Amino acid sequence: MQGKMAMRNATLFIALGMTLNVYAATPQEILNSYIPQAKQENPAFKEFSPSRGEQFYHAKRIHSSGKQMSCAACHTDNPKNAGSHAKTHKEILPLAPAINKERFTDSAKVEKWFKRNCQDVLERSCTAQEKGDFIAYLLSVK
Amino acid sequence: MKRLNALFLWSLIVALSAPTLVHAEENENEGQSLPRVANANWKTECASCHTLYHPGLLPERSWRKLMSGLDKHFGENASLDPPSQQEITDFLVKHSAGAGSNYAKSVPASTTPLRMTETAWFKRQHREVRADVWKRPKVGSPSNCMACHKGAEQGDFSEHAVAIPR
Repeated sequence: MQGKMAMRNATLFIALGMTLNVYAATPQEILNSYIPQAKQENPAFKEFSPSRGEQFYHAKRIHSSGKQMSCAACHTDNPKNAGSHAKTHKEILPLAPAINKERFTDSAKVEKWFKRNCQDVLERSCTAQEKGDFIAYLLSVK
Repeated sequence: MKRLNALFLWSLIVALSAPTLVHAEENENEGQSLPRVANANWKTECASCHTLYHPGLLPERSWRKLMSGLDKHFGENASLDPPSQQEITDFLVKHSAGAGSNYAKSVPASTTPLRMTETAWFKRQHREVRADVWKRPKVGSPSNCMACHKGAEQGDFSEHAVAIPR
């Protein structure tokens, strides 16, 4: 009986751990995780800049397909707002962690979307400096 | 009391994380429901940007082709990490339109459609839908299944459940 209970508690503990694992990181921790890479890319790296991130977020660029692209095009001019997918109109939940607590809490998810969206908007990968500036900007939005 | 709470929490976790609930109710009748299928990764990854399309809407070769070109997915980068890509491909293939189904039979063996809206089966099923209906704001395009088939993501395309928005 005692053993069974202990086993059940252990399983519960593991299950809870797995559930909580989804929110393993804070946005600040994810932001900081880009510092070593940023230093590697540029030995003169000092810090991430919310204002540079804001410019990056709004910067409009003409894609080789002729379409005008920007982060804001889908995520809207205010990252506290929900956006929508240009083609399918599926809702995109707000990017600002002040509004959406799930944002920037899962490093694999963050990298997945940087990989996709940097290619779609810039037609190249983003630098660690750009990623850090972008997150720093979103964290500054209150 | 504590033990009861733990037990309750545990059952809740089990209920919420039940990974697969498969009702293998094959129905070959046109316009009828596809079997209920589930895979957490498929649901998360494939429905981030669009309707969660049922695996039974395309034949195996179509899913394989689609899943091997995710970096250029209808003009967008939808790339996945290799383990997720493998898991979702396996799931889609397992539940793809079977060779004997009317739907799969409507797709010529020489073609590998990536858009289910381009298949003969889709066109025949929707022949009564006028061009202006597709363009209604609440519909938008033929790829927006959910506009008229509320249960599309669960594989329910039954005719009596169709409600076309005004």
